[in-house]
Amino acid sequence: MTVAPGRPPNQVVCDSGAETPASGEPLVMVRDLRKSFDGQVVLDGISLSVETGDLISIIGPSGCGKSTLLRCLNLLEVPDSGEMRLVGHGIVRDGGRWRRSDERLAHALRTEVGMVFQSFNLFGHRTVLENVMLAPVVARRTGRAVAAKEAMALLEKVGLAQMASRYPATLSGGQQQRAAIARALAMAPRVMLYDEPTSALDPELAEEVLGVMRQLDDEGMTQLVVTHEMRFARAASDRVIFMDSGRIVEELPPETMFTIPSDPRTRQFLRNYL
Amino acid sequence: MGSALAFLLLFLGHALATPLRWASDSQSGAPFVFHDPADQAKLTGFETDLMQVLARKMGRTPVFVQNDWDGLIPGLQRGLYDVVIDGIEITPEHRAVVAFSTPYYRTAERIAVRRGTDGLDTVEALRGHVVGTLKDTTSQRLLEKAGGITLRSYEDETNAYSDLANGRLDAVMLDAPIAQYYAVPDDRLKLAGGPIGSLSYGIAMKQGDAALLSAVDAGLESMRRDGSLRRILQDWAMWTPEMASYLDDQSTEQVPPKAWDHWVASTRPTASLQARLARYAGFLPLIGRAALMTLAVSACAMVLAVAWGLALALARRYGRWPLRGAATLYIEIVRGTPLLIQILFIFYGLPSIGVRLDPFLAGVVALGLNYAAYEAENYRAGLQSVPHGQMEAALALNMTPAQAVRHVMVPQAFRFVVPVMTNDFISLLKDSSLVSVITLTELTQAYIRLSTTYYDYLGTGLLIGGAYLLLGLPFVRLARIAERRLSRSVRATQPR
Ligand SMILES: Nc1ncnc2c1ncn2[C@@H]1O[C@H](COP(=O)(O)OP(=O)(O)OP(=O)(O)O)[C@@H](O)[C@H]1O
Ligand SMILES: [Mg+2]
Repeated sequence: MTVAPGRPPNQVVCDSGAETPASGEPLVMVRDLRKSFDGQVVLDGISLSVETGDLISIIGPSGCGKSTLLRCLNLLEVPDSGEMRLVGHGIVRDGGRWRRSDERLAHALRTEVGMVFQSFNLFGHRTVLENVMLAPVVARRTGRAVAAKEAMALLEKVGLAQMASRYPATLSGGQQQRAAIARALAMAPRVMLYDEPTSALDPELAEEVLGVMRQLDDEGMTQLVVTHEMRFARAASDRVIFMDSGRIVEELPPETMFTIPSDPRTRQFLRNYL
Repeated sequence: MGSALAFLLLFLGHALATPLRWASDSQSGAPFVFHDPADQAKLTGFETDLMQVLARKMGRTPVFVQNDWDGLIPGLQRGLYDVVIDGIEITPEHRAVVAFSTPYYRTAERIAVRRGTDGLDTVEALRGHVVGTLKDTTSQRLLEKAGGITLRSYEDETNAYSDLANGRLDAVMLDAPIAQYYAVPDDRLKLAGGPIGSLSYGIAMKQGDAALLSAVDAGLESMRRDGSLRRILQDWAMWTPEMASYLDDQSTEQVPPKAWDHWVASTRPTASLQARLARYAGFLPLIGRAALMTLAVSACAMVLAVAWGLALALARRYGRWPLRGAATLYIEIVRGTPLLIQILFIFYGLPSIGVRLDPFLAGVVALGLNYAAYEAENYRAGLQSVPHGQMEAALALNMTPAQAVRHVMVPQAFRFVVPVMTNDFISLLKDSSLVSVITLTELTQAYIRLSTTYYDYLGTGLLIGGAYLLLGLPFVRLARIAERRLSRSVRATQPR
């Protein structure tokens, strides 16, 4: 798919059966994505593709645009230009204005994408169980009984069944982040995005969270993880992306990335961690 | 057939006796229209008695409507009632805005001084002295014209006479009936000199209703002829040679001044604590009813303020610009103008564009719309204090912005604003006193009424103050419970 001249700046492309991309097509495909904030270029032509079931780690120095890239993938941030295709939802941007109709497109796209934040962002006024139930009940109109049952199952899966009726503020950071993962999973996304999910956690609490992510990987979930956990990136990833100054410098299998990276900038960056 | 129907209607009209709605300010004191000091529930006064007889003569049922002095004429124009009677002087200024009946009482001004003061018995003699009177009266104009007098204009005659007794004033000049009812029974005061000038009281009504005017005048004429007007005035000890010649009634019938005696007896200063306590106990039903009114107006206004305030806050925070601009404009206008003006505007101003609200509704609407502006700013601050990550998390979970605001932002914002809202409600309770200007008898109105009847601002003040505190107390407690409930989850879920 290319940007043909005369095409409207933003265009939704929905295949018949938007849920599943055509066979052979990657689950996530990004081409030449660009984004600036007030003239400062933050994403400078990003292209990548992710196959179903992949776990991709994204590493890079602070301010290189990792968070911005993730936020663009579920349109919390609107890219200036470029193409994206996620689970059959396509978006083409060519610098045009973001319209109300585009907001509907963003909404449709987000049904396929779950996001986990560094600061958890659990809803403080709701119990853990209600946090997990809220989106299905409100956004998907699932019955409360069904939603509660599914939420309980997800909490069980992340090891928080005992905490269901607690308020988030009374949980440890690791427990909060696992609750946040359960909450994202409740909407049955096809892709999970994590923005430094363990940066705010002590090592042993981080391990609880990384354990859940490994388990999801085993179950075939497609995951993109921005992380500073190099050991996790090396052990669990299918591929590792190194970003610098808004570009993807290189994208390699983890063993290669951490032993013989080809670019000097990657070597410079990794030296600080080894 | 048609004439039979017309006859039937006429007959029904008589049988049902259309009400004659007459208005007065029962706070403006004796001997006009006021609450019996011995029984606050009872309306009395020579004008009250006059209206009962007059209405009967007109074949109508008298219905009293209370209104604040300043609102009496505007209320007439608004059609809230048919006539106003409250010692209103027939002057060219008044004639310009209302129509007057023939005078039902003619009298003059009288000077009152402290006992032991001599020589202050003419307007000229008052030069160089401090003199009190009521605003907007013949007396005020006479004193102004004399020149060289330090004039103090009061809203309320009891304050003028008590300042005279306290030595703040050297003399008070007011209509003879007022001087008689307030200065004469007071042992510290006496009348000086003779009648000064002359003035007439008339019944006021809307201009242009010739039928009503002639019906009122016919009723008064009938009262003159059968002596009922004289008997009322004798009952109140207000029958004077001047009135006898004005009404051309030289009857020698003696009517004992029972109403006057009752006034003197019931306002005599009570020395004993027991009598005082008994009197306060008598206030309680009135204070209770007034407290209920205060509470009802405040609670309804608060519900409106919360709902409308939330709408304004959401418009300001999340609305597109025309909506946001409109909300901002509303808030600035409401916060930038006095509440009293807003209340008067809604009650007296809106009817000219066809919006007529009854006094209770008008009070609720005015207070509610006003407090909504303040609530809106609270809620906006509350919304701003909810971390932006909460909104993003909700959007990422596929909620629409509206769902995110409703289920995530607003509930969390409310936790921040509950303490402020409680404060607002308590100040709303107090600001509700302003609705007394639109005929609602709430606590402050009750205070004015009771204290001006008895010269007792201290004891009554403590009673009314206590009533306000009692009303506010449950809400302070309620707020504390709510805060405690909410604080369970209050700490935002931030990384450690
Ligand atoms: N909403 C915004 N407005 C303006 N500038 C922004 C905005 N968001 C990000 N930036 C800028 O874009 C650049 C990249 O930010 P981003 O958060 O994507 O970096 P990052 O790689 O995630 O860094 P870190 O590892 O510190 O989280 C930074 O210079 C940042 O200041
Ligand atoms: Mg970041």
